[in-house]
Amino acid sequence: MPEMLWKLLEITIIIALLIPMAAMLVWVERRLIGIWQDRHGPNRVGPFGVLQSFADLLKILGKEDWVPPFSDRLVFTLAPIIGAICVLMSFAVVPFSPDIGVSNLNIGLLFFLAMASLAVYSVVLAGWASNSKYALLGGMRAAAQTVSYEVFMGLSVMGVVLLTGTFNLREIVLAQTDGWLIQSQFVGFFIFLIAGIAESHRLPFDLPEAETELTAGFHTEYSGLKFALFFLGEYLGVTLISAMSVVLFFGGWLMPEPLASWLPPLLWFVIKIMCFVMFFILLRTSLPRPRFDQLLKFGWMVMLPLALLNLLVTALLRLTGVL
Amino acid sequence: MNKNSFKNSLLISQLRTMWLVIKHTFTKADTVQYPEQKPYLAPRYRGRIVLTRDHGGEERCVACNLCAVACPVDCIALQQVVDDDGRKRADFFRINFSRCILCGFCEEACPTYAIQLTPDVELAEYDRQNLVYEKEHLLINGPGKYPDYSFYQQSGIAIAGKGKGEAEQERPPIDVKGLMP
Repeated sequence: MPEMLWKLLEITIIIALLIPMAAMLVWVERRLIGIWQDRHGPNRVGPFGVLQSFADLLKILGKEDWVPPFSDRLVFTLAPIIGAICVLMSFAVVPFSPDIGVSNLNIGLLFFLAMASLAVYSVVLAGWASNSKYALLGGMRAAAQTVSYEVFMGLSVMGVVLLTGTFNLREIVLAQTDGWLIQSQFVGFFIFLIAGIAESHRLPFDLPEAETELTAGFHTEYSGLKFALFFLGEYLGVTLISAMSVVLFFGGWLMPEPLASWLPPLLWFVIKIMCFVMFFILLRTSLPRPRFDQLLKFGWMVMLPLALLNLLVTALLRLTGVL
Repeated sequence: MNKNSFKNSLLISQLRTMWLVIKHTFTKADTVQYPEQKPYLAPRYRGRIVLTRDHGGEERCVACNLCAVACPVDCIALQQVVDDDGRKRADFFRINFSRCILCGFCEEACPTYAIQLTPDVELAEYDRQNLVYEKEHLLINGPGKYPDYSFYQQSGIAIAGKGKGEAEQERPPIDVKGLMP
């Protein structure tokens, strides 16, 4: 029983750290985009504006919890909750450090892929329940995009599974003690990263939202706390994809020896994640959004063959004993 | 697949864009952090409207109504009175700054350089009614632009102390009946 209590405590702490972190990411993102656009970004609330997210939260809590009368009330309310929960669930299998991590699931990688697939329901249901054309178009785009990019997201990590021989994320990290998998799985990493951006609906693949064409896409009709939940899901998604990239290809909490003893493993893990998050933000500032047919064409005709090729070559090298 | 899309599929232009953006980490922000730092406003910036006086300290405005006519949003209201000394002036002069778009047409229309726009844009009020400026709010003590100009010194209108033909660059009036050959 005490063991279970400890587990619950661990889960609570992880959630209590993840959600404020997602909120802080909003500020980090706005600040970074500001700097890259020769502006300052939000720098008024608190030192350097760090309390901006807190101010935004207070504002969003003060808003009316409005459900449009033409919407499907139950599904409309459910959709953002599904999104946030699916992403939070995925964090259950992420090994944060040698002793921190909610679950040591032996199919952790599959669990992550499953949760990423389930998260699309949030967007699709939101688009459907909103009963408005922009939201519906956004939801449809999200469905098509996620289904296409899911395929080679799964295929891209199979190279990792081939080389480490396990679906357990903790063992995948430990298998990288001698060298990170990015060395042999660069193509796999590249495909995973692109699929991950598409999966978390971040620019340049934010077609389900696409402010310039669809107002706000699937969350056009949302406001207040439900909108905040969508945002929470999005920023947690960014963190999750970064965490997964680090775990699968960049050795998780592991670092080469002189560096590893400087900081605790958890901190190394967080630093690596932050690098990825900043890279995601850089992508958002610099790249334009493709047309939707270009997006799907790119997925099916470039990334999918590339992922298959990567898997094939990895398997061949593995069989012949090169890797 | 033409050459361009081949290049794009290699993500070269994308990588170049990202590099260009990253370089901006080290450039200075263009932002003027307003309440602490003030932006430079040119001397002829079109901001708050004032009514000026000539160098003698008299009001320049003769209440001719040209500014009110020129005003595209009709935010100027005024009424002319003629004083005992022959000077014309505005009985009241009212500008509603909640309507004013600071276009400067009134300044262009003004024949006596009385109405002028100044480089002051801090007009915010909590109460909308406070944005209606009366004549005593608009009048300033200086001449603003064109410091030497004085309407009654230039024009042929007779006022107390200055008869017909006594203005600058003006010849005495000619008795047209005395011009007969």
